[in-house]
Amino acid sequence: MMRSFVSAVLAALSVLFAAGAAFAQQGDVVISRGKTDPVPIAIPAFSGGALHGEDLAGIIRNNLGRSGLFAPIDPLRFIERNVDGAALPNFPNWKLVGSQYLVSGVVNTETGGRLRVDFRLWDVNSGQQVLGVQFAAPEENWRRIGHKISDAIYERLTGEGGYFDTRIAFVSESGPKTQRRRVLTLMDQDGNSPQYPASAGADAQVFTPRFSNDGRELVYMALRDSGSQLYLLNLETSRTESLSRYEGMAIAPRFSPDGGKVAFSVSNHGNTDVFLADVRAGGTVKLTADPGIDTSPSFSPDGTRIVFNSDRAGSPQLYVMNVDGSGQRRLSAGSGRYTTPVWSPDAGDAWIAFTKQTGNEFHIGVMRPDGSDERLLTSSYLDEGPTWAPNGQVLMFSRETPGSEPRLWTVDLAGREQPAPYPGPGSDPGWSPLLK
Amino acid sequence: MRIDSRIVIRFSFVAAAAALTVACQSTPKAPVIETPPPQQMQPNAQPLPPVQQQPQQSRSLPPIQQGPIAPPVSSVGPGSIQDFVVNAGDRVYFDFDSFSIRGDAKPVLDAQSSWLSRYPAVTVRIEGNADERGTQEYNFALGERRANAVRDYLVSHGVAAARISVVSYGKERPIDGGSTEDAWQHNRNGHTAIVGGAR
Repeated sequence: MMRSFVSAVLAALSVLFAAGAAFAQQGDVVISRGKTDPVPIAIPAFSGGALHGEDLAGIIRNNLGRSGLFAPIDPLRFIERNVDGAALPNFPNWKLVGSQYLVSGVVNTETGGRLRVDFRLWDVNSGQQVLGVQFAAPEENWRRIGHKISDAIYERLTGEGGYFDTRIAFVSESGPKTQRRRVLTLMDQDGNSPQYPASAGADAQVFTPRFSNDGRELVYMALRDSGSQLYLLNLETSRTESLSRYEGMAIAPRFSPDGGKVAFSVSNHGNTDVFLADVRAGGTVKLTADPGIDTSPSFSPDGTRIVFNSDRAGSPQLYVMNVDGSGQRRLSAGSGRYTTPVWSPDAGDAWIAFTKQTGNEFHIGVMRPDGSDERLLTSSYLDEGPTWAPNGQVLMFSRETPGSEPRLWTVDLAGREQPAPYPGPGSDPGWSPLLK
Repeated sequence: MRIDSRIVIRFSFVAAAAALTVACQSTPKAPVIETPPPQQMQPNAQPLPPVQQQPQQSRSLPPIQQGPIAPPVSSVGPGSIQDFVVNAGDRVYFDFDSFSIRGDAKPVLDAQSSWLSRYPAVTVRIEGNADERGTQEYNFALGERRANAVRDYLVSHGVAAARISVVSYGKERPIDGGSTEDAWQHNRNGHTAIVGGAR
């Protein structure tokens, strides 16, 4: 179940030290689609003597470092180890270690056990405060404060939305390939706080868990010997309910942006078509009708269109249609087999990510929603099933190499890839929206 | 382009390996691999049906492919699941990204329909399977196509549709966990599982 971040207080602090601070321009770290040198940033332990001062700094270092856009400086190189987060920093000490930015903070425990964290982001060269924000939350949510601070820094310096205060739903796998256990799993995007929500039952293998846009629900497919079934899981109440049963194999569910509908496909009598079910009112509409395999639907962020894959022209390719099924047309034009399209949540910088198979390799790639500007971001024996971080800059997917287990990986739009921080075999990642 | 050059290298390696070992009958659609036509080198290079770990003596009596079922071998009760597996065959194989019933599958499915006519109380579930060289959701759909192709064949040979259910396991239930051409071929199959009525 998702932990509620009860009354997170987000208030820009009054500018205490830097009178008349000339704030740095939004978007100082330009995500230029090319690989830029990461920006050096120093994040010493937060002061205040309360719990978690070093741990909070560690979370922020880890988040910013893994983004590839920042190079947190090793604390062992710091000249100052004990930085008072309530005092004006000694900037020459931070220039000397080569840092461009400094993060300082104070942790306080309020009455009632709430944790309050004041943090400031400083431009080391100008000696001015770039950002100052206060967060408060029940102590058990202390990790989320670290993620919120990471998001605030990332947003301020890159001009892009953050993505650190998020969860990943995925399938953890165990056992031999021929008798796989596939268990629904949730974790923070940095690999912490894993949870195994009660799901369809021990006899079922879980597939493709995907979040609703409010982060409160998951939809997924469960496979048993007898067939498939789609389920909705309310993460706040832990209640599971099944979508109505369909004759044939129902697979590939995904929420509409408003959460009221689920698009999916049903395979029956050798034909697979895309359907749209109304979650609350019930009722299902069939959106495609050709005899090919039409599957893997994904909504545009405004909910008016659906991208999907179809082999109606011979091999699987990407197509787009209006949400009522009209206006179906092909998007992908390159050679190769295109599957699992997923529309970026960022309407301002719109992409469709996909899996592409060329010969004996698989790729995660992106293209514009009109099919133009295709770019392949990865290449391996088997990469598949991308999911977007809520800022539309980073994708998570699963990668498998011969003789090894599937693992979760991330890649950003500049092609920086790395293993996701989950230590075991995993697949089918679904990235949550930013938590509330 | 970086990725293209790598693919070329990989293709030529695959082509060389294929020419050396004459590995596979089924040639994937998508990659253009210049292999010699397999049938020139090794006619009927179909993969072996999966080994069901039968006792050795059952191999000394090969099943008769046409007409009535071969007499049951010792220790296999007529009308039992084992009888079906041994004397009809419970699995047929497919080419890459294809759901066409191959020539080598027809005798097996003929034997299945004869066996099922002999034991009309038996109900079956056709399970469609795919190899790992495709994405999960597409492979669920492909597996359903394969299972449905087997179902249609059995129905057209007299098995009542009501006795047959169809399911797809996509690439999720391989019978061979390896990552070779051989493993992929084994994993592209339609499995006829008896779910009720066997003796």
